[in-house]
Amino acid sequence: MDFILAALDYLLGIPVLGWGEQVGFVYKGLLLLVSLLIFTAFILLADRKVWAAVQIRRGPNVVGAFGLLQSFADLLKFVFKEPIIPAGADKAVFLLAPLVTALLALSAWVVVPIDAGWALADINVGILYIFAISSLGVYGVIMAGWASNSKYPFLGALRSAAQMVSYEVSIGFVIVTVLLCVGSLNLTDIVIAQQEMGLAHAIGLPWLSFLNWFWLPLFPMFVIFFISALAETNRPPFDLPEGESELVAGFMVEYSSTQYMTFMLGEYISILLMCALTTILFLGGWSSPIDLPPFTWLPGVFWFVLKLSLVFFMFAMTKAIVPRYRYDQLMRLGWKVFLPISLFMIFVVAFVLQFTGWGWHGGVA
Amino acid sequence: MRAAQFVNSLLLKEFVSAFFLAMRYFFSPKPTINYPFEKGPISPRFRGEHALRRYPNGEERCIACKLCEAICPAQAITIEAGPRQNDGTRRTVRYDIDMVKCIYCGFCQEACPVDAIVEGPNFEFATETREELYFNKDKLLANGDRWEREIAANLAADAPYR
Repeated sequence: MDFILAALDYLLGIPVLGWGEQVGFVYKGLLLLVSLLIFTAFILLADRKVWAAVQIRRGPNVVGAFGLLQSFADLLKFVFKEPIIPAGADKAVFLLAPLVTALLALSAWVVVPIDAGWALADINVGILYIFAISSLGVYGVIMAGWASNSKYPFLGALRSAAQMVSYEVSIGFVIVTVLLCVGSLNLTDIVIAQQEMGLAHAIGLPWLSFLNWFWLPLFPMFVIFFISALAETNRPPFDLPEGESELVAGFMVEYSSTQYMTFMLGEYISILLMCALTTILFLGGWSSPIDLPPFTWLPGVFWFVLKLSLVFFMFAMTKAIVPRYRYDQLMRLGWKVFLPISLFMIFVVAFVLQFTGWGWHGGVA
Repeated sequence: MRAAQFVNSLLLKEFVSAFFLAMRYFFSPKPTINYPFEKGPISPRFRGEHALRRYPNGEERCIACKLCEAICPAQAITIEAGPRQNDGTRRTVRYDIDMVKCIYCGFCQEACPVDAIVEGPNFEFATETREELYFNKDKLLANGDRWEREIAANLAADAPYR
């Protein structure tokens, strides 16, 4: 056992922890995992409810009070269904693909600071880690499309690959502007920087902390990040990989039962991750909107979940009100609109920071 | 023109207005009916599950004239007639409706001279097997007994218009 841990330490840089630390780490990890999955179940329901409400319907309301247990009923339904594997499919890759999607989506959450010091792994390259993991997410989709050995999944996978790569570019540049302002790649530092500097401090009213957050000075980047996050997670209006009007269900055509559910789970968890990232980068993470007693009494995790839910509400509303993009429009938006704007904004932000001396100087890195 | 369009798309004007429109719908009252617990109104002329009616004294109305069998466009009705054992009156010995064939046109109801075969207000008679949808005389008479109150009320409500 000790030998394995020492080998891990040597090969991967995972530190050898004491027994108590190991148990604590596993315990915290399980807690995060379980609460994340339960939260996802309710977010799925909220998505359907919001969509239904915009269409003047009621949405699921039979299972449990207000349909609160609907997602759990769906879970049972999916698990008890027969998994169908097409005869021509590459079995191993076919079964691996949903696992890759869900695992990658879940593993990105390890660095997300839900409250001050609540990040499971408070690493100094947190934002890079998230960026890398979410870029890997495209592999699940491509594996699914390839292993299904069928034309619609394949087309869906190709679309997904091109789309996710295109929008990752603009997401990257948006993140760079935030990093320029903060001067650290640590997600906790990004939140703390939004508490300690910003417009509210500049106008002399530091308790109006919602003005401090980066959504205001970097508003165009906030909008671009939101739209790119929609594209990155294959949400409408950018759900071309599974565009049901032309590709039936895209890369998920051949999937059924637990595999399908795992795909959906991974998709919603990465949507939540994007919401969390929006919250951390632009909406001040766990800090309360007004730095006065009735608001500061509430724990940071409450504000984090509230902000995350609000961003998700916008995701759901966008799904309800925006028609799907055509593929060439999608590419045009990514490469000919967002890329120039974000590049220009990097230049502007860097210029302002260089010549006005703004920016945060309290980071560890 | 192009400048105005540029500003509009940069400020997401259409998205924002669509958002507020959607929020109006979001809080508007929902017309959805909680179906299994709450049902929508149906017309007295609604053509649902078939039933064979009886007179108030319990005598079955059907006289085996076979007009319904003759008019049925889907040929879903099969009748065999014969004198009844105890009083020798002409009755059906067999009255089958194949509910899988039936197209719910209501012609049997229109053809019936004694208001025996009617299409009642019941529309929730889905079954798990096909065989359960081959209705025989007992089933149809049982339907008539079960739905008599509603059927009589519907016929009375529709009577002034025919």
